[in-house]
Amino acid sequence: MPTPLTWQDATITAAVPETPRVRRLTLAVGWPAPFRAGQHVDVRLTAPDGYQAQRSYSIASSPTTPETIDLLIERLDDGEVSGFFADVAEPGDAIELRGPIGGAFVWDPRMGGPLLLVAGGSGVVPLLSMLRHRAEAAPGVPALLLYSARTAEDVIARDELLRRDAEEPGFRLMLALTQGPSGRRIDAGRIAGALAALGMPAHTFVCGGNPFVSAISDLLVEAGLPARTIRTERFGG
Amino acid sequence: MVTRGFTGRRPPRPEAERLPPGQYLTEDFPVLQLGPTPKIDLARWRFTLREGSKPLKSWSWTEFEALPRTRWKGDIHCVTKWSKFDTAWEGVTIDDLMAAAGIEAPTPYLLAEGYDDYTTNVPVADLAGGKAMVATRYAGAPIPPDHGGPARLLVPHLYFWKSAKWVKGLRFTQKDEAGFWELRGYHMYGDPWREQRFTGD
Ligand SMILES: Cc1cc2nc3c(=O)[nH]c(=O)nc-3n(C[C@H](O)[C@H](O)[C@H](O)COP(=O)(O)OP(=O)(O)OC[C@H]3O[C@@H](n4cnc5c(N)ncnc54)[C@H](O)[C@@H]3O)c2cc1C
Repeated sequence: MPTPLTWQDATITAAVPETPRVRRLTLAVGWPAPFRAGQHVDVRLTAPDGYQAQRSYSIASSPTTPETIDLLIERLDDGEVSGFFADVAEPGDAIELRGPIGGAFVWDPRMGGPLLLVAGGSGVVPLLSMLRHRAEAAPGVPALLLYSARTAEDVIARDELLRRDAEEPGFRLMLALTQGPSGRRIDAGRIAGALAALGMPAHTFVCGGNPFVSAISDLLVEAGLPARTIRTERFGG
Repeated sequence: MVTRGFTGRRPPRPEAERLPPGQYLTEDFPVLQLGPTPKIDLARWRFTLREGSKPLKSWSWTEFEALPRTRWKGDIHCVTKWSKFDTAWEGVTIDDLMAAAGIEAPTPYLLAEGYDDYTTNVPVADLAGGKAMVATRYAGAPIPPDHGGPARLLVPHLYFWKSAKWVKGLRFTQKDEAGFWELRGYHMYGDPWREQRFTGD
């Protein structure tokens, strides 16, 4: 039987810029159950008059260090909650949080690979948790991240991803930068290239905004991937 | 607990009163699903009522389109926190479906089943009395595949994961059996006004 998810106070222990639009928040948490790579938490903010806002954020860090988690929050124009995390939240603040949430968009080492991960923008966050977990617990599982971002400076965890690409034999990074002179979206050719490099994936995870996830999952099905091997997570938008 | 420095962007009063706790209003129509959108051929589409594994009644698309139709307009609420107001649907109410099948509900519970093997449980009492339909049109047009077309369940008074997309039938069960999300920690009933998102809420 699933355990009830209760709200807890989590303290922000660090807050640093990750990219010009994304801030990384580290939180100290206690869990009712272990979390799995790909899951998210709900956060709840309360104003002095009792008004509340709730949003979901994926966990970027690996489940092997569950006592602190990293959230990567992208500032949206006029964003009620992302604006608070971008401009107001500071280390030492406590926020209400509950989780872990989500039982479909998860990968754990027992599932094996090859693992195809496709990200649009901040959709890379839950995939980072999978990659970090893979490197520690199952480095033999072949994995490829196809990651679409606006520009090179918008690439979340860029140094880490480039280092993993260079150092980890089983991991490949393919970046698709959409802006600038050679800007290109992920198309059927890019998917074919990823599949040629990785082989037929046993599991595919696609995460990003709504139109991105719809477009990519159609391309993957057209490329011959069985629909039941593809899992999607949509952040909205 | 008051969050230091959070003031929030309050919705205007009439809007706030229509929003269940923890929800915000969206003008878009976001999509929530596990995987890719299945491609469904209308020539092979069927909708089937079952008791356990025993089929009770089944309709082809043409037969289903000939059933009495009802329109419904109102608000829908997704557990991922968005709500959308004044959505307009058209389809066949569960009452009309049961009448056309010539049967009474054999048990008080059922699982709605999707072409993507998705399942979700709903008490029969929450589907009867005009509270739910199998919808085939949205905003005056066939439901787009991303939103569950050709046919989806519509149970607007519960969180929207109960409104199974690409629905292929209803399976009556002896007891209240958990479906896909309910097995993964989501609430067995899912009333947005009581904020029943997860087990124990
Ligand atoms: C399961 C899940 C996991 C998520 N994980 C992350 C994560 O790891 N990092 C992250 O930054 N976000 C994530 N999100 C999105 C997040 O929950 C919020 O939707 C987002 O931060 C916007 O909230 P807000 O209050 O700032 O914006 P709002 O005040 O609600 O909206 C401001 C404006 O932005 C638009 N908008 C709202 N949400 C989005 C969106 N996601 N994309 C584009 N436009 C939008 C609105 O329509 C509006 O115009 C996740 C969402 C889900 C459902």
